[in-house]
Amino acid sequence: MNTDQPTIARILEQVTDPEIPVLTIADLGILRGVEWDEASQQWMVSTTPTYSGCPATDLISMQIRLALLSHGIQNFVIRQVLSPAWTTDWMTEAGKEKLRQYGIAPPVGKAMDEALLENTIVPCPRCGSQHTKLVSAFSSTACKAFYECQDCLEPFDHFKCH
Amino acid sequence: MLSHYLLHLADDALIMSQRLSEWTGHGPVLEQDIALTNIALDYLGQARNFYQYAAVLTGAEATEDSLAMLRLEHEFKNHLLVELPNGDWGQTVLKVFFFSAYQKLLMQQLVNCPDEQVRGIAEKSLKEVSYHLRWSREWVLRLGDGTAESHERMRQALDQVWMYTGELFEQPDYQQGWVDYNAIKTAWMETMWQTLEEAAIANSTGGGRLAAGFQTGGLKGQHTEHLGYILAEMQYLQRAYPNSTW
Repeated sequence: MNTDQPTIARILEQVTDPEIPVLTIADLGILRGVEWDEASQQWMVSTTPTYSGCPATDLISMQIRLALLSHGIQNFVIRQVLSPAWTTDWMTEAGKEKLRQYGIAPPVGKAMDEALLENTIVPCPRCGSQHTKLVSAFSSTACKAFYECQDCLEPFDHFKCH
Repeated sequence: MLSHYLLHLADDALIMSQRLSEWTGHGPVLEQDIALTNIALDYLGQARNFYQYAAVLTGAEATEDSLAMLRLEHEFKNHLLVELPNGDWGQTVLKVFFFSAYQKLLMQQLVNCPDEQVRGIAEKSLKEVSYHLRWSREWVLRLGDGTAESHERMRQALDQVWMYTGELFEQPDYQQGWVDYNAIKTAWMETMWQTLEEAAIANSTGGGRLAAGFQTGGLKGQHTEHLGYILAEMQYLQRAYPNSTW
């Protein structure tokens, strides 16, 4: 072990999402843990994908690799864990606020509740109006839905509950 | 054999994804083009998860890529439903509706299976499938209960696709005993009738058509002529330039 766990964790927490660069992987909740494995003498870095087919997943693994290598850390393995499945509940409150300031409405409510899917009110990230309309349940990336504000008329993405 | 069951699950997702990708850039409006592309991407992700696990079990030189790109028609274990041509928009959304209703019920059972890896993939997929089902169901309702033209198109779509639905409840020989396919059938039928009735096209499956023979064979590698064309296009690059990468 040539460094300590908090140092590694701090390096990793700086890695950002390639699609939404204001968010770090820690904000998103996709960094699941960093542990020292005595047996293999390696750091085990665990991440989880947001969606099965999210193309950012491979890119994020590469960024983690580059971040650690650039700090001279070479003995690590990056693992993907699927279970428990990622949920928007793991996104930090600070992350949600950064998302809103970036112009994307943060997830409303808890996890994916099918009853909620139909009637969720998603406030406009620009003017705060609750008078918004779902245009499409799918948007620019797998994790977002497309909305339109009926007051300021701006279209916007909503990071959908999942 | 577990690896065969994983291939069956992966093949369904991959062929579904490949077919739906044909719509990319051709959707009726931008939002729906994006919706279908997103759904295709979810399927691709599910396929990769299952192929990666199957590759570990297959051993030797197998990788997710070799399993997807270097097997032949008779080695594919997907349902016939997913390889059918897209047809018009109505036929496409009906196919997604039938498949996602089945897949949701399947994943709901697989999240409780004894295999940790499969449980994880199913848990992840289940959330995505719920969106697919919701989206496709809305379209079936909108078109079935829409204009005279859209109603007629939906009725024709039902005619063309229905005979491929029976296969969804067949037990593959290589299934692991984790899934009660009869329970899936019962629940699937219930969702179906409720939606088709609401979409005002339930009566068009009445009479003889429902009792007509279902097409089957995909699980054993006996496919429609369509699969060969899909593979020819999808696998072309790896066949022509072996081991090429981006």
